[in-house]
Order: sequence, then C-alpha cells, then structure tokens
Amino acid sequence: MRRFRALIKKEMIHMLRDPRTLIFIFMMPIMQLLLLGYANNTEIKNVPTVVFNQDNSKASRALLDSFQATDYFSFDYAVYSQAEVYRLIDAGRAKVGIIIPPDYNQNVATRKTADVLVLLDGADPTIASAVMSAAALAGQAHGASVRSQQLALQGPTGSAASPVDVRTNVLYNPDLLGSYNLVPGLIAMILFQTATSLTALAIVKERERGTIEQLIVTPIRSWELIVAKIIPYILVSFANTVLIMAVGTFLFGVPLRGSLVLLFGLVGLYLLPTLGLGLLISTAAKTQQQAQLMTMPIMLPSMMLSGVFFPISSLPLFLQFVSNLLPLTYFIYILRSILVKGVGIELIIPQIVALTVFAIVLLGLAAMRFQKTLD
Amino acid sequence: MNSQPLPLEVNGLTKKFGDFTAVDHVTFSVQPGEVFGYLGPNGSGKTTSIRMLCGLLTPTEGTASILGVDVFKNPEQIKPLIGYMSQKFSLYDDLTVLENLQFYAGVYGVPESEEKKRIDEILHLAGLEERTSSPTLELSGGWRQRLALGCAIVHSPKLLFLDEPTSGVDPVARRVFWDLIYEMASKGTTIFITTHYMDEAEHCNRVAFMYRSKLMALDTPASLKSTYLHGAAWDLAANPLLETVDELTKTDGVAQASLHGDRAHVILDSTQWSPDQLTKYLAGKGITVNSIETVQSTLEDVFTLLAHRGKIGEAA
Repeated sequence: MRRFRALIKKEMIHMLRDPRTLIFIFMMPIMQLLLLGYANNTEIKNVPTVVFNQDNSKASRALLDSFQATDYFSFDYAVYSQAEVYRLIDAGRAKVGIIIPPDYNQNVATRKTADVLVLLDGADPTIASAVMSAAALAGQAHGASVRSQQLALQGPTGSAASPVDVRTNVLYNPDLLGSYNLVPGLIAMILFQTATSLTALAIVKERERGTIEQLIVTPIRSWELIVAKIIPYILVSFANTVLIMAVGTFLFGVPLRGSLVLLFGLVGLYLLPTLGLGLLISTAAKTQQQAQLMTMPIMLPSMMLSGVFFPISSLPLFLQFVSNLLPLTYFIYILRSILVKGVGIELIIPQIVALTVFAIVLLGLAAMRFQKTLD
Repeated sequence: MNSQPLPLEVNGLTKKFGDFTAVDHVTFSVQPGEVFGYLGPNGSGKTTSIRMLCGLLTPTEGTASILGVDVFKNPEQIKPLIGYMSQKFSLYDDLTVLENLQFYAGVYGVPESEEKKRIDEILHLAGLEERTSSPTLELSGGWRQRLALGCAIVHSPKLLFLDEPTSGVDPVARRVFWDLIYEMASKGTTIFITTHYMDEAEHCNRVAFMYRSKLMALDTPASLKSTYLHGAAWDLAANPLLETVDELTKTDGVAQASLHGDRAHVILDSTQWSPDQLTKYLAGKGITVNSIETVQSTLEDVFTLLAHRGKIGEAA
C-alpha cells in the first residue's frame, strides 16, 4: 500500500509538472463537446441555390417563395441559361439548381401540370437527400394551395391533377451513395494522420531518445534532417491514397471521374501544409505523448468542420469562418470535385491558391522555429 | 609551436538560464594530444559547458575556438573536426551495431571508399567484431558505450568530447574504456572528458575542477596535490567514530575530516600535528584512537578540500 501511494504521488507530480499536456487533456473533451454540439446537426439550412426562372410571373415567384419558406434554400444566384446553372453547380458555388419552365404560369392558369426541375449536387449526399425531399414537399404543398384557391374562386373544372410537379435530378451521384462522400474524406483523414502526426512524432522521438543531440553535432543541415524525415511519410501517404481509392472504387463503386495526374499532384500539394504542421508541432512538443495530443485540436476541427461529415453550409457562421482556416476544407473540396464531379483544374484554382498559401506559411514557420540547437 | 592553433581555447564562457548561472566565466585551453579531464559534482556545469563547446547550446557570454575556428560564429565548420559522445546513451536501438556505425559514417561524410576500412578499424578497436549484426537494444552497458564511442569517432575527429562516458558502466568495462581512450590519445586525438569519478581523474594529463558553475582549479593531478595538500592524509581507527569526525572538523590544522568506511579520513593542512600529538589531543576530548595510518593522498582529497572551500567562500 505504501509503495502504491508513493507511485500514485509520483505520477501525479509528473502530470502536474507538464502543464502543456495537462491543458490538452482538459481542452479535448470541451472541444469535442462544442464541436459535436454545433456541427452534428443533420438539419440542413440555407443551401446555396441557383434559380433559372424562365417564366418570371407572379405564380412562379409564389412557388419560389414557398421554397424559401422551408429555410432549406438560399437563393444566391439568379441566372438566365441552363448552362449557367450547371456551371455554378460544377464549380460548387451552388448545390441546388431550380429551373422553372417558360410556360409555368400558363400551365398553372389553364390547370395543366407545370413541371419544375430541381437539380441537386449529389457529391454531398447528406445535403442532396434532404433537399430532394424538401423540394418535393414544398412543391406538393404549394400545388395543393394553388389548387384550393382555384377551386374556391372558379369551382371544380378541368383536371384534378396537381398544378405543380417538382422533378428532382441528382447530379454526379444519382443513388446518393454515402461512400461518395466517405472516400474523399477518408483519403484526407489518412493523409492528415500520416503526414502531421507521424512527422511530429518522428522528430520528437529523436528528442525524447536523446539522439537529436548526437545528430546536431554532426555536419547534417537542418533541411536535410527535415526532408529526410518527411520523405518516407510522403511515400506512405501516396501509397495510402492509391489504396483507399482502389478500395473505394472496387468495393463501393466510387467513380474516378477526373484526371488522376491532377489528383496526385494536388495530394502532393496538400501534403506540404500538413507536413509543415507536423514539423511545427515537433518544434513545440517535448515528448511523443505531447505531440500526439497537440495534433488533436487541429485534427478534430479538421474532421468536423471541413465538410467531411457535416455540410459546411449548415454550420453556424463563426464555425464556417473556422472552416475556411483549415487546409483540409480546401482539400476535401478538391477531392470531391475531381473524383466525383470530374472537374478540371480551372474550377478549383481558388482552393489550389489557398493550399499554396497554407504550405508557404506553415513550412516557413516550421523552418524558422526548427533550429539546430538544444536551446 | 605557437603557429599551430590549439585544439580548444575557451575564454570567459558563461551560460545563464534565467537567473541561474550554469557556467560562470570559465577560461582554459587544451593542448594537442592531451587527455583533459573536466571534473566536478553533478550540476556543477560540466554538461552545459560541453554542450556549448559542441555547438548544442548558445552561450550567454564568452568565446571558444576549436583548432582556430570560432565555435559560436561558425558552428557548422567545427562539426567535422569534433566527435561528441553524450551522457545519455543515444544510439538507435532498432538499428544493428553495423547500421549505427554506417549511419554515422554517412552523416559525417566518410568517403564510401574508406567507409568499410574505417568501420572495420573501429569494430576492432572497440572489440565489436562479433556483434556487428546484433540489434543495439540487446547490447549490455559496456558494449553500448563502446559502440557510442565508435560512432563518435567514425570520422576520425581531431578533438573528442566525452560527457561522462563511464557513468553506469561496471568497473571492468570502465577499465577497458580507458584503455581505448589512451590508445586514441596516443594516436594524436585530443580528448576532453567529463567525469565525476575521482579515480578516473588520476588518468588524465590535466584536470579542471568545476564547482558550482566556476572553474576552481586546473593543473596536472600531481601539481594539484602538491598545491592544495600541505599536509599528510591519515586514516584513523577511533572510537566513537562519528564524534571523532566531528571533533577533527573543528580542529586547527585539519583541512577536512570525513568518514571512510570504519575509519575517519583526515586531510592535514600543515605539519603541526604528529600522530602521537593528535592521539593525545583526542584522548583529552574523550576519544580513543586505536591506530593512525598514513595513506596516499588522492585527487579526491583535493576536490573535497576545494569543494569545502568553495562552500565557505559562497557563504561568506
């Protein structure tokens, strides 16, 4: 008993004398709680929507009002051609397209059925399935109210069919398979883990073992040490990407629509800020355990807020802002665009620029902080 | 003679960590081919000094040059010139003996054509020939230490820093290790070694004694003894023993008294006492002295004395 007490005391002292680790131990559950509380929200709201209203009558505006009343849609774009609708969805700026035919008003007035087309971005199946049912319901409800008004004013004449028929068309992922979402997410997650955590650990391990001292007294240059540490993990990361894509394609039927060369090039680009982050952590952490804990506060928001699991558009505004500060957000977007939508480089240039900026900043900071001394 | 730059010249070397001064204005130089002992108790600033000299830590003040190259201005230029074996065992456990040597040969840029020959030499020197493919993890203390030394000298450095290389190693392995050090010194390598084993200090050509961050003394072991020890060293068999030590500590002409096993060890400051006089004096204090034996004074006596004076100096 006496020995046991002494041991407990010693362990408590270890813990209390390591405030950095302690902070993370307490921050983690709080962060998890906050993030899951805000983000684990299957309620879809304000999905960016493009409208192509060829009719532009009072009747068609009433239909759009009833769509808007559901809170699912945010009418961000009004365009004048079908091509523009597709372009905005391809570019990911809109997730929903509503196309109202030119004869909408006439069809409603003459008690025929007016067709409204709703296009959905299936690359994000969570949004697409929610919006699909919302659009259908809004259309039915609006149709019923139009019909009852007509009945009250004019009496029962003509067809009894609903005046509005909302047809939905899911783009890229017609069956709304979750794996379309999961595979890009998984690639990003594994790259993050291997690149950030392992790089951080590899250098901290040298420090912990005391071998870093022996390395510093050799004529090795800092950059040689860093690059040598990183290269194995880059190779592992590329191998992982191939593996996940193979499993995703053969097991889950996830399409590989875009250019693989472009994809791998951008995987390489994404690895730079991620490795930079790992190096930065390794300059701050004294032990492997610390390093591991320090990756968590970056890992968690990356998983929760980058759109891997939960649509960014449904997040509260300040979390949307945080989301923009995560390299993973841009990478997920790139992966989905290339893998599922098959878009080319011209539509993902802002994301490429963002990743490049992250790479320069993080690698720069890491190089500044990583010096060949012990103090 | 003077045209050749010295292996190591240190001037006013100081390192502060916040309010604590770990190394306080230390100045000395090391001659070519000598085994230079840097001694002192734990926490006296030995490791901090050595880390600064190897370019691992930035000094707060002072200069140092190795073979004429400024350590703090051109830290990368000194690296090929020096070898360093840190206090903590720092080889890669998951690599074999040979892999460790090959790794260090690689990072020190030993030409590939010479690598095999050089590694064979080291394996032979360290007696590791039979163990080339053993994982380092499985080596016992003495072997690991010789491997660490091998890794530190794979590039044939001119100046070798050894930071407490023999701590935690059994006496036989320590003996073997010192033979290795002499062999290297005889081939012209200058050796800078820290230790807190006083018997090892006797093996050095010259010894610097660090106490509480300051350099207290620097000379050959023989000169240190003649400079600081003015009287003989005696071992007393007396009863009661603890009171004997207490009483002697207060006695004039006694520099230092301490307990050595079942004897009281006395370092005399002068020749004022003869054994008979001391026996009589102690009898007056109620102490029975059974025998007094003259023993050879050691460096340990010098350092106990210096440490004692250092303590008094600080209290004053």
